[in-house]
Amino acid sequence: MDRIARLFQGKKPLVVFTTVGYPSLERSREGLEAAIENGADILELGVPFSDPMADGPVIANASQQASGEGVSLEQVLEVASQVRRAHPEVGLVLFSYMNPLYQYGLERLCQTLASLEVDAILPVDLPLEEREELLTPCRKHGLHLIPLVSPLTPPERAKEICQGMTGFVYAINVAGVTGARKSLPPDFPGMMQRLKQCTSLPVASGFGIASRESAREAAAYADGVIAGSGFVRALEQGGEAPGRFVRELAEGMAEAQGTQA
Amino acid sequence: MNTHYGIYGGQYVAETLMGALQELEREYFAALKDPAFHQELQDLLKNYVGRESPLYHAKRLSQACGGAQIYLKREDLNHTGAHKVNNTLGQALLARRMGKKRLIAETGAGMHGVATATVAALFGMECEVFMGAEDVARQAPNVERMHVLGAKVRAITEGSQTLKDAMNAALREWTATSQDTFYLIGTAAGPYPYPMLVKEFQSVIGKEARRQCLEQCGRLPDEVVACVGGGSNAIGIFAGFQEDPSVQLVGAEAGGLGVSTGMHAASINGGKVGILHGMKAYFLQDEHGQIRDTHSVSAGLDYTGVGPEHCFLADSGRARYTVIEDQEAIQAFDTLCRLEGIIPALESAHAVAQTMKDAATMKPDQIIIANLSGRGDKDMDNIRQYKEKHGQNR
Repeated sequence: MDRIARLFQGKKPLVVFTTVGYPSLERSREGLEAAIENGADILELGVPFSDPMADGPVIANASQQASGEGVSLEQVLEVASQVRRAHPEVGLVLFSYMNPLYQYGLERLCQTLASLEVDAILPVDLPLEEREELLTPCRKHGLHLIPLVSPLTPPERAKEICQGMTGFVYAINVAGVTGARKSLPPDFPGMMQRLKQCTSLPVASGFGIASRESAREAAAYADGVIAGSGFVRALEQGGEAPGRFVRELAEGMAEAQGTQA
Repeated sequence: MNTHYGIYGGQYVAETLMGALQELEREYFAALKDPAFHQELQDLLKNYVGRESPLYHAKRLSQACGGAQIYLKREDLNHTGAHKVNNTLGQALLARRMGKKRLIAETGAGMHGVATATVAALFGMECEVFMGAEDVARQAPNVERMHVLGAKVRAITEGSQTLKDAMNAALREWTATSQDTFYLIGTAAGPYPYPMLVKEFQSVIGKEARRQCLEQCGRLPDEVVACVGGGSNAIGIFAGFQEDPSVQLVGAEAGGLGVSTGMHAASINGGKVGILHGMKAYFLQDEHGQIRDTHSVSAGLDYTGVGPEHCFLADSGRARYTVIEDQEAIQAFDTLCRLEGIIPALESAHAVAQTMKDAATMKPDQIIIANLSGRGDKDMDNIRQYKEKHGQNR
């Protein structure tokens, strides 16, 4: 069984996203350590991009600042390598817009990621219609290409998106860009149920989750919970904030599962 | 339906937008089959925009160049002062068919923003235009025009605060509102089906020009020239001549201070293939795939990418893409003003500059058509500032 499949067995995994290089390379590295220490099971390493058009203000700002300071895909790969050496069990997902990956070379990228024992790639702007180009090298090198499904995706299309894919499905909770929101949409349980009828892959729920309550609610229906903007904001605050943020989400998820974080 | 032009184009967007793109594609093909749609569009183009636009033989300019006969396709005479309205009318009719109540658009120089605000007023729709904060400052008269037409202008303060950032912001807004909002893209770029439908709505330029040239000259032109930013006026006029192999198609990119300086907006001549704004195309970028800032004296050409069909036409050799620098465009602007009494937009002045260069190498019995895509009223301040800065006398 591969690492991602193992992480979705038993306890539901908490997935934490951060833009590598924000607020600085060092602080994002420390943040990732704090996330792991406080209960993150899978890390999404965000590649900074100058034009993050699918992101809300928090991640967009992080992405533009880090890319403006010259943090490149190579440095993200270096961070991935460091995290992997220190934490053999943590799940690692490279999260990116397509252009930095495309310039690096998709075949070369997949080869590098496999050698670094990164588990998966999650490209934001690569829908079903365009994914073949990246799916082929991913398969060749044993990487998961994580499919995304939105609340506007009809069931038939959701089935097609998940068909033949591996790893997990990223369920976008709201039609919109990334960013913390006060609560999950009212239809959240129904959405999760419908999506689970479309695929046998584990479903991780993301967008808008930034509190113990929303993590608990999401974990009651999803197989995993993803947090991004809230963690980036905690990194901006610094000190104990990133660790505390992750701890609270992990506790919320544990409450939903009747276990201890 | 083929969503690509060779390797270019495609639909590189977040999954959340795919439904909206598919809905747009369905509605577009349904509209093309609907005679009532064509009839309404034709009627508006004639009676609201004032088409057809003249094809004008610029005799004094031709004489001054000492070569080919230069003809100008006068898109500057359209309502709102540029070719942009051909496309905004077409897309607004689609929006109405789809039951959308609100239009959003990105704009650089503000011409597309004005053309969108115009059709929103005409159809009684809400309108919000996304514009880089720097462009809001540079293009104050157009901001004012949008306001009086009833549109909201949202100044975007992130990134380089220009067109690409406005497009990012508009895409974000659309991701959250696509169910009741129509995104009216202003150039032949973005995810499929936009490049295709913008070309369709702008192809009226090329179809008219071809017919007018045959009527006036009894034969096809030898060359057709247009400026290329995103490339909508160029693809529109090229559309009329793509199947005529004897007609050389030429696109003039914005060379800014020169491609070698890095201060330019010539995506085909100075960029690399990449993925942004929903498409694979040529973009100005660094070796890590970060998108570079652009420079051009003309705000309307100041875009980091170029429409996918132009990339394909460049690779295949069907069209030739050249570079016109700021200084050359300014000189062409002056020449056209003084010799023909026509004040061109700085964007269109790039096409005029290329036309003058090429005409001089051609024979007097040859014909070259330049697409005069817009008028220059909006550029008076820019011209004055440019000349003051460069110590040029009036």
